[in-house]
Amino acid sequence: MTTAEKYVTAAYCVVFALVLAYVLIMALKLQRLERDVDELARRAPDEDAEDAPRETAQVG
Amino acid sequence: MGYARDVGALARKDLLLELRARDTLPAMLLFVGSVFVVFHFALPGTSSRLATAGLLWVAILFTALLGLGRAFVPEREQRTFDGLVLAPCDRSAIWLAKSLATLAFLVAAELVALPLYALFFHSVGGATVAAVALADLGICGVGTFLGAMAVATRARDLILPLLFLPLAMPIVVGAVGATVVDSPGRYLGFLALYDLLFAVICWASFEYVVAE
Amino acid sequence: MNRSAATIQAVGRTRISLPVLAGASLVLVTTALAFVFFVAPNDADQGFSQRIFYFHVSIAITAYGCFAGAAWKALRHLWKRDPRADLESYVFVHQGVIFGTLVLLTGSIWAKISWGHWWLWSEDQLVLFLVLFLFYCAYFMLRFSVDPGPQRANLSAVYALFGVVLIPVSFAAIRLSKQLIHPVVFTRDGPNFHGWILVTYCLAQVALPVLAYTLYRLELSAKRLDGRLRDLREVLA
Repeated sequence: MTTAEKYVTAAYCVVFALVLAYVLIMALKLQRLERDVDELARRAPDEDAEDAPRETAQVG
Repeated sequence: MGYARDVGALARKDLLLELRARDTLPAMLLFVGSVFVVFHFALPGTSSRLATAGLLWVAILFTALLGLGRAFVPEREQRTFDGLVLAPCDRSAIWLAKSLATLAFLVAAELVALPLYALFFHSVGGATVAAVALADLGICGVGTFLGAMAVATRARDLILPLLFLPLAMPIVVGAVGATVVDSPGRYLGFLALYDLLFAVICWASFEYVVAE
Repeated sequence: MNRSAATIQAVGRTRISLPVLAGASLVLVTTALAFVFFVAPNDADQGFSQRIFYFHVSIAITAYGCFAGAAWKALRHLWKRDPRADLESYVFVHQGVIFGTLVLLTGSIWAKISWGHWWLWSEDQLVLFLVLFLFYCAYFMLRFSVDPGPQRANLSAVYALFGVVLIPVSFAAIRLSKQLIHPVVFTRDGPNFHGWILVTYCLAQVALPVLAYTLYRLELSAKRLDGRLRDLREVLA
């Protein structure tokens, strides 16, 4: 591999790495969202989870 | 007509406040003097005209930043900002008046700084003075605008330089160019264009900065 | 008012679905990469190292597009009071900063191959991207030090509009500042810009904006979901 080839590969690897880092950040975010949903699901009334937001929305 | 009167009243209020409290201007003067002394020791012994011209502009920029950081402090400390916003005048008048008041402080500081620079380093030509005048307009207009943004944040004083310096880069280019080259017309024109462009944007969008 | 907001939302949903976009960017970026490495011939002047150009320039143009998109959404927020424009503007700035970082990194590597230095102040585009990078990083500082609400949206929008004015002004300033230094004339699109080189470049130029748009939509949907969850939690509390 010549130096030029090494540098070009490095440049494309950098692009790839940054996009993957973005994916990692998005994954962390999704994990957090999932935890939030779990928490909400626990907090929601047991009888019918789908009714709960609608009921309270009418009150508010 | 009414607009000009509003601007005049608001600017007079700021100048009067400064005359009574004497907060900002002495600080700016002391700062610019200290910066020159520090730069003298930071620069190698026989530094070129180019290097000291850059120095002058760094000093002016940071002195202006000092004044801009204080521009909205009275409003913040005495919680009069809401009163200003509710005043029956166009909101952009607040920006214009504040800019004029800051401009007055900056010009006053430079009236000392430029002779001091000539004394310590190199003489100051007509082109430099023109560049200072044009750059001051841009610095105060944009800086006051960003200062109004910064007081709305939690970080306040911390955030103003961060917002301001990237936007001030073209001013520095035009100003240093006008100070250094023999035929500065092009650089002065660039500075004037910058002032005009950003003045229009600031004037048009200031309403959104102060509106809730 | 409410109904028009609803129709805007409906139109927004029927655009292009996210999986389709993701698939398109997968195919396009992969094809572009294959073209860059296996189809495009070596450049007559620069040899192999010229292959950075395909992605570097496409990424730069994509980043400008993102900043322009941010300013457009900011304008929509200020002008039309589009309730979703604030978040969209923010996500566009975020994408622009990511792609701007890539421009800086690939440009720096290219400068190292071509001129032997990691950084060159005589490269207009690189310096411009450095200024823009600083400017838009300050955007995040601004945004994150104001509590969420109409004021944050206004401040962010105004700042994003400043950015789109700063781009040409800074570019002119950098051009002006170079007159003391000798100009570097670098013919990227000279006579040798034809055939497979052109095809590869066009492919990359299509692929990267599609990738950016995919990431934009992905982040937007995640952020919207986050917001809706927060609303839901308030309702349940």
